[in-house]
Amino acid sequence: MKLTLRVWRQKNADAPGAMAAYEVDGVSPDMSFLEMLDTLNEDLIVQGEDPVAFDHDCREGICGACSLVINGDAHGPERTTACQLHMRSFRDGDTIDVEPWRAAAFPVVRDLVVDRTALDRIIQSGGYVTAPTGSAPDAHAVAVPKPDADHAFVHAECIGCGACVAACPNGSASLFTAAKVNHLNVLPQGAPERESRVLDMVAQMDAEGFGGCTLAGECATACPKGIPLQAITTMNKEWLRAARTSKR
Amino acid sequence: MSYLDYGTGSRIADSKAPQGPIAERWDRRRFTAKLVNPANRRKHTVIVVGTGLAGASAGATLAEQGYRVLQFCYQDSPRRAHSIAAQGGINAAKNYRNDGDSVHRLFYDTVKGGDFRARESNVHRLAEISVQIIDQCVAQGVPFAREYGGLLDTRSFGGVQVSRTFYARGQTGQQLLLGAYQALSRQIAAGTVEMHPRTEMLDLVVVDGRARGIVARDLVSGEIGTYMADAVVLASGGYGNVFYLSTNAMNSNATAVWRAHRRGAYFANPCFTQIHPTCIPRTGTHQSKLTLMSESLRNDGRIWVPKKAGDPRAAVDIPEDERDYYLERIYPSFGNLVPRDIASRAAKNVCDEGRGVGPGGQGVYLDFADAIARLGRDKVAEQYGNLFEMYERITAENPYEVPMRIYPAVHYTMGGLWVDYDLQTTVPGLFAIGEANFSDHGANRLGASALMQGLADGYFVLPATVNDYLAGAPAVGDADASHPAAVAALDETRERLARLLAVQGDRTPDSFHREIGELMWEYCGMARTEVGLRKALQRIPEIRAEFWRRIKVPGTGAEFNQALEKANRVVDYLELAELMCLDALHRSESCGGHFREESRTPEGEAERKDDEFSYAAAWEFTAPGQAPLLHKEDLVFEYVHPTRRSYT
Amino acid sequence: MSWTSCGWPPYGRRMALATRDRRPPTVRTLWDSSVGKKTVMAVTGLIMLGYLVAHMAGNLKIFFGADEFNGYAHWLRHLGAPVLHSHWALWIVRVGLVVSVVLHGVCAFQLSRRDIKARPVRYAHTKARTSYATRTMRWGGVILALFVVWHLLDLTTLTVNENAQAGHPYENVVATFSTWYGNVVYIVAMLALGLHIRHGFWSAAQTLGVGSAARARLLKGAANLLAAGLTIGFISVPVAVMTGVVN
Ligand SMILES: Cc1cc2nc3c(=O)[nH]c(=O)nc-3n(C[C@H](O)[C@H](O)[C@H](O)COP(=O)(O)OP(=O)(O)OC[C@H]3O[C@@H](n4cnc5c(N)ncnc54)[C@H](O)[C@@H]3O)c2cc1C
Ligand code: HEM
Ligand code: FES
Repeated sequence: MKLTLRVWRQKNADAPGAMAAYEVDGVSPDMSFLEMLDTLNEDLIVQGEDPVAFDHDCREGICGACSLVINGDAHGPERTTACQLHMRSFRDGDTIDVEPWRAAAFPVVRDLVVDRTALDRIIQSGGYVTAPTGSAPDAHAVAVPKPDADHAFVHAECIGCGACVAACPNGSASLFTAAKVNHLNVLPQGAPERESRVLDMVAQMDAEGFGGCTLAGECATACPKGIPLQAITTMNKEWLRAARTSKR
Repeated sequence: MSYLDYGTGSRIADSKAPQGPIAERWDRRRFTAKLVNPANRRKHTVIVVGTGLAGASAGATLAEQGYRVLQFCYQDSPRRAHSIAAQGGINAAKNYRNDGDSVHRLFYDTVKGGDFRARESNVHRLAEISVQIIDQCVAQGVPFAREYGGLLDTRSFGGVQVSRTFYARGQTGQQLLLGAYQALSRQIAAGTVEMHPRTEMLDLVVVDGRARGIVARDLVSGEIGTYMADAVVLASGGYGNVFYLSTNAMNSNATAVWRAHRRGAYFANPCFTQIHPTCIPRTGTHQSKLTLMSESLRNDGRIWVPKKAGDPRAAVDIPEDERDYYLERIYPSFGNLVPRDIASRAAKNVCDEGRGVGPGGQGVYLDFADAIARLGRDKVAEQYGNLFEMYERITAENPYEVPMRIYPAVHYTMGGLWVDYDLQTTVPGLFAIGEANFSDHGANRLGASALMQGLADGYFVLPATVNDYLAGAPAVGDADASHPAAVAALDETRERLARLLAVQGDRTPDSFHREIGELMWEYCGMARTEVGLRKALQRIPEIRAEFWRRIKVPGTGAEFNQALEKANRVVDYLELAELMCLDALHRSESCGGHFREESRTPEGEAERKDDEFSYAAAWEFTAPGQAPLLHKEDLVFEYVHPTRRSYT
Repeated sequence: MSWTSCGWPPYGRRMALATRDRRPPTVRTLWDSSVGKKTVMAVTGLIMLGYLVAHMAGNLKIFFGADEFNGYAHWLRHLGAPVLHSHWALWIVRVGLVVSVVLHGVCAFQLSRRDIKARPVRYAHTKARTSYATRTMRWGGVILALFVVWHLLDLTTLTVNENAQAGHPYENVVATFSTWYGNVVYIVAMLALGLHIRHGFWSAAQTLGVGSAARARLLKGAANLLAAGLTIGFISVPVAVMTGVVN
């Protein structure tokens, strides 16, 4: 296949950026999208040009590093990560636009690489259970009903890629935050910090400059792990409960 | 003097290993270990390189204990460490199933699974701690799979006959890592851990014989700096990416351990590489990495090839009696659940016989038809759904309808920095944990044991032994960033990167990586021969010379420059590859993942030579390009007596 | 002594912990948080919605003639009597509504500003998206705000109603809908109202945390029913005047 790529090029956070067009030839349908970018980069390096910077690591759809907006969709046209998107989803002669995640809370580092540490700070603000090493009771001390365990798992699957933020018209991190709140708040282990967790995480989300939720639903559509939009509703409920009942 | 003429240095012994009954050794060591007064801990800084299971758990725990921790990872977030990709599960001797499991059995299985090339004391400690790990993770909210009664579910992994593997669907590593990452995040928020993401360690600073800091590059600004501390912990993962194609993350690298080796840490058993039997076969030259299909699939999937060589029929058209379920045939008691080295080799054998399936005949079937008939599609989907999906995404074939095609691929490195019982390397103050060390898996790692080891090291072992070291270590403040040794390490690193940028040749970093990787897979992969290894040892210096003539790195060092990062990692692969081949050449026995064609039983199985090779080979770096020095650590087996591993 | 040769990056140091030390009063928590403000919008929106349902029901009395309609208007002013003095109940409702409108509008404004700031750069590759809801909510809201002002000037204070007579609501309504612009303004506003409620009702349910997968259909159905009912109910009045059913 032969493709035309239009890629966002930006030297660093302060430099202005622009879309640049490249022709890529000899693309195999079995290639992943990132492998296609690899071939482009190999050519660029040999020509002495700067290769296109993009984040990636596991290439298995689990680390959450890859972060490309492909033809206006976070992670491209399929429900998966960019690294698991294969070129068989495109046709010979296609023109493909590749852009970085766009959000005020995700400044561009270079080209397609953005700074997502804001998501880490949301976790730092309360996305954990305080359980210092060595203090744990036997794992079977508390039984967790299977539906609760499954609910926790579904939300714990979040890979923290930020596609939800990139897709949201408000640049909101509500789905990301809600995933962690749902994961931990449903478990008996997470119960003691249930209120402070949701209040602090939402406060941190706001402080990082993410937008609010208007239930546009784009986040859940873009999420490669299928975290449901309902997670946000549950987070709101947890938040209200905490705001109402939590001790001063 | 040629690289092959390595010298033999003095034997080394694990000086910290306590004596006495094996089940009491860890307790004894913990009791004899010196403690640091809680009030004084704040005055000590510990550097932790890596945020995988080992690093994140260590950083969090050290910080909880009151130490000041500087932590590093090359990813943009500590949560993305390669441990995130582990799928299948984590072992623990909980015996919740009442199926005869015990600490001793886990110990026994692991020593045997490692083909009697691991230290008994370490492995026993690992088995003891395994139980606490599950407790710790559950307390953190790790959503392990549960039964309807609300209690934890388990499954079986290769090389064992009990069901002791705890799992979280096909994402166990992710869930365990997020648990550790969250614990670490709590400490970051508390200000006890200074986290440096997107910062890559490029050298170790050794002051007066002790590890006192690292040189690291901020990958965003390109700034190279030194970070000083009272102890340095390497949790930087394995070096499987020497092979270019592996199941490791793309940026996993050997730089941290290799640079530490060059600064004096011995490198043990570098040739012990695990080739995982169930990976998705490669599709073409564009391939950038290989994807693992969890070993847990072998619980319910059946592996087979056609009986006839070159059978052109599709899998579904081959009748039952013309299929060869070769693992079940050769190893009736373990069947599809034989250890990885054995399953991989068996796959290679049938493919070498021309019975492989798929493009190039490099594949065997992993068939779920029986499991689907027995359990129903829903049950199979519940257990393996995400793996099936991943398989379909990559191959465009639906494993519910046609059998998966799998082929072995490089997956894990049992070798690593030599450490004593305290996980301390030969450089005082330098510790290595997780896959970065060599300690617990011998010549072959059993499935679901790496996660166990990483967390055992990080949560429970290291925090105790670092205490002991720091209690006797020199006071804070006597070595700062202006110390000549620190300045020298910084300058050397700057020079190295400047050289890479200056060559301006015509070949990309990836092209060299691919070349060295192919060479290693060919000669130092699943089957190794003296002739092949010698050939590789001749080629490697040539490739290295060509690298320094023809490498092309665009851009500058003072910016975000992924080509520069890559080129610098390839520099280290080109050196480490040589040591791996030398180690493989010198160990003329077969054991575990190390299979020397010359050393096999009449049935073609690996043949160990215990009288010659019952030792860990710890290599000492001498000078660039010069032959290293071999130190042998004798392995003593008091509890599990070496026998021919039999899984038939 | 220098620990490092370079400075600390600000990775982990920007905590906005709401609860770590002392928790602020609930009202503060509400007002400081995007989720809290959204809650205020949901509650005030529902208050207004409740009012609109009653308001529409009242409006339909116009089909029973001037006496009945004016009688209803009169009753409104004396609602709550004899416990409440005349006009008190009406004023209570009015104050409640004004507070609701203001809170709703202020929150909408502040949240929208935050949202727009959070996504300063557009994608070069644009697509039609379901953020339709977001866009129509904001513009629809603005239209409604303007309408409320016009509506009050028109039928409450009678400032812009040329032929208005105080105390004769029926006749005033007919007067309004006898002008083309009166009809256009009203009908456009009511269509906007329908759209606003359609997303708003469902949205409020999610904000207040009562939505669930099981209730999704019910809530969406209720939203559609409310939106359609209110729009049709309100629009039926100008249509009736235009067609001469009411005069
Ligand atoms: C696909 C796959 C599946 C697996 N499944 C299982 C399983 O089911 N069960 C099991 O027990 N094991 C499994 N394993 C093995 C297991 O995942 C690993 O051995 C283990 O996670 C290694 O953990 P670690 O903490 O030692 O290192 P890693 O998780 O590899 O972490 C390395 C860390 O070091 C950092 N780092 C590396 N180099 C540098 C540097 N130079 N400077 C700064 N930072 C650096 C990285 O950023 C990263 O944070 C699997 C492995 C793979 C590849
Ligand atoms: C003053 C004029 C108004 C403005 C500026 C306005 C604006 C908005 C905005 C921007 C939203 C957020 C929508 C979203 O989730 O994307 C909203 C929600 C809502 N509005 Fe309005 N609106 C106005 C009037 C009204 C009226 C008259 C009603 C009564 C029927 C109403 C009912 C609602 C409801 C129920 C919600 C949902 C609240 C939530 O999202 O939780 N609004 N409004
Ligand atoms: S590279 Fe890890 S999720 Fe895409």
